[in-house]
Amino acid sequence: MTRISENQQLSDLRAAISGLERLSGTKAAGEVLPFGVAPLDRHLPWGGLRLPGLHELADHGSGQPYAAAAGLMAAGILARLEGPVLWVTERPDLYAPALGNVGLSPDRVLYVTARRAVAAVMEEALRHGRFAGVVGEVRQIAPIAARRLQLAAEAAGMPAFLLHRPQKREPASGLAPIAALTRWRIARRPSGPAVPEAPHVAGLASALWQLDLIRCRGAEAASWIVEACDATGHLHLSALLADGSLAPATAQPYRRAG
Amino acid sequence: MVGAADAAARRLGIQQGQPLAEAQAMHRDLTIIDADPAGDATGLRALAVWCQRYAPLTTADLPDAIRIDSTGADHLWGGEAAMLEDLRRRLSGVGLTVRLAMADTPGAAWALSHYGAAEPVTLCPAGGVAEALRVLPIASLRLPPETLAGLDRMGFARVGEVMDAKRAPLSRRFGATLLHQLDYALGTQFEPLAPQAAATLIRARLTFVEPLLTAEAFATVIDRLCLDVAKELERRGEGARRLDLVCERVDGTEQCIALGTARPVQPAAQLSRLLAERIETIDPGHGVEAMTLWVALAEPVTPEQIEAWSPQSGVAKSLGELAPLIDRLVARFGPRQVYRLAPVESDVPERAVKRIGPLAPPQGRGWPQSLPRPLRLLTPPQPVQAIALLPDQPPVAFTWRRQRYRIRRADGPERVFGEWWKRGGERALSRDYWAVEDEAGERFWLYRNGDGEDSETGNLAWFLHGLF
Repeated sequence: MTRISENQQLSDLRAAISGLERLSGTKAAGEVLPFGVAPLDRHLPWGGLRLPGLHELADHGSGQPYAAAAGLMAAGILARLEGPVLWVTERPDLYAPALGNVGLSPDRVLYVTARRAVAAVMEEALRHGRFAGVVGEVRQIAPIAARRLQLAAEAAGMPAFLLHRPQKREPASGLAPIAALTRWRIARRPSGPAVPEAPHVAGLASALWQLDLIRCRGAEAASWIVEACDATGHLHLSALLADGSLAPATAQPYRRAG
Repeated sequence: MVGAADAAARRLGIQQGQPLAEAQAMHRDLTIIDADPAGDATGLRALAVWCQRYAPLTTADLPDAIRIDSTGADHLWGGEAAMLEDLRRRLSGVGLTVRLAMADTPGAAWALSHYGAAEPVTLCPAGGVAEALRVLPIASLRLPPETLAGLDRMGFARVGEVMDAKRAPLSRRFGATLLHQLDYALGTQFEPLAPQAAATLIRARLTFVEPLLTAEAFATVIDRLCLDVAKELERRGEGARRLDLVCERVDGTEQCIALGTARPVQPAAQLSRLLAERIETIDPGHGVEAMTLWVALAEPVTPEQIEAWSPQSGVAKSLGELAPLIDRLVARFGPRQVYRLAPVESDVPERAVKRIGPLAPPQGRGWPQSLPRPLRLLTPPQPVQAIALLPDQPPVAFTWRRQRYRIRRADGPERVFGEWWKRGGERALSRDYWAVEDEAGERFWLYRNGDGEDSETGNLAWFLHGLF
């Protein structure tokens, strides 16, 4: 008897905690965007990317402060939503035609060069609403500013993407722990031949990314190898691993210290 | 018919009232502009409003005159002559040919400016109106054409002759108009001047008993000023496009904070949020004792305006909804820092993008999809050392910032030619672009100056232009 009531208590507590974390809230339509990559969607507690919230993306391993893969991933997600997008940068080095490669049309994107006030502009845009999403490129962000962004994004029901652009010589371990809903790290992997049947033909296939989910509320850290966003912003599970062999049928998530 | 001729045309003998064909026969290459009386009238009214810088009472006297009642205002300019000289200098500075006259009555001033001596500035001394008018033609009395014709038939040519004639027969023959106009010109009867209406800028002002120093106090004052201004804007059905906030400091100095908006803004809350962005730029010095908010430019508010851009596109509408936010961002970071990027028809990558205004109409064109483009473009392109086989093999490796990258896969070349139709120096130039992937999977966008065969097309130097 005691055992049953303990279980009951435990599940009550779990419900209370997830209620606090606003995870069990009603899943209104449009709140979750599936990646369309089955293992990824299965792993995430919402069956896809939960849109209202702050998502941190960082490039990994390149040693360059350009966050190009992270930017493309954010653009690809936003390309699949509707409405205008605010892209806040510290300095303007974004080459917009690349956004066309992942399906984000030029008429949808509004740019602000905000120097040191990126987080403030993002928060203001979130509070204003009416965007499909907000992207900010930062070198650093104070934990409290990130927390505010997360709350504003939750309240607005809009996704906010924080692209981490590390300074030179800074270890590429991403930002200090912040209150983001999800944190992703994207590392490049050598891609396969452009034409798999004819490996000697020159050309570039889709880029390969190793997508590391390093923190996620309600899910464990995991890693997948995916093909970079296509012309409509969708990711695809890579059929090829780095050495050219076929991937196992389901990518096995592995545990990491997150 | 020639409606008006400028000084150069008059030197050629072209005159007002001449048939156009005749004028063209005299000189073949005349510049002819269609008359636009409505446009002229609008312009003249605007100019009359501008003239309020000289005196508060001004009005446009269609079709070609402006009246300024400078009573009590001329001393501010150092006398009548100085005031007229300043007016003439400013107007001719913007390319207007003007004739100015000042007299005791508006009628006399009109007569002198239209029919007086051919001087740019005529000053009729006080009490000298009758003397000055005497020699002018009767047309200077602003009479209807039939009255002029009648006077002409009876042998009147100069105003002086009308002045000397008996008034009763003139009144019987020509009605009251002639005598009224004469009296107006001579000043025996006062001619009222209907001042230009709705010429005032909207403004709100608050003065303080104690000088203000803190940002909170400024915020409160700005809220109050915005409420007043918004009320007036609403009454006129207008929204503010430009705002000037003038802070008068205790020591008599002023600070003006100017800001513009993307679309006419009317609600008080929006106005005060815009101004609040700039509070920190207020330098109170020893304290601010008065603040004035001017609406320097107002435009009618039309909600349909936004849809009118492109009815089929929801993007315009949703961008329009962002206007209040955009205004705040522009106020904070400046107009150059808030923008959209639009495609330009150009093969040269750095010229394929242009900045457009945040609320510019949707361009309706996407980026070219087929060509791979990097997310980051390096400006300027960074020189790298690369090893490649000429003429058309991708590099095997390159060195950038002392780091060596071995290339595993490459896509290219994409040849981009210089745009000789834009810049003469690019006539022969070309670049070969390669998208390459190194051993780790990093992707780079490299180009080589020249096609690898003809040295005129480039010096074969390699550059890193972007990162995917």
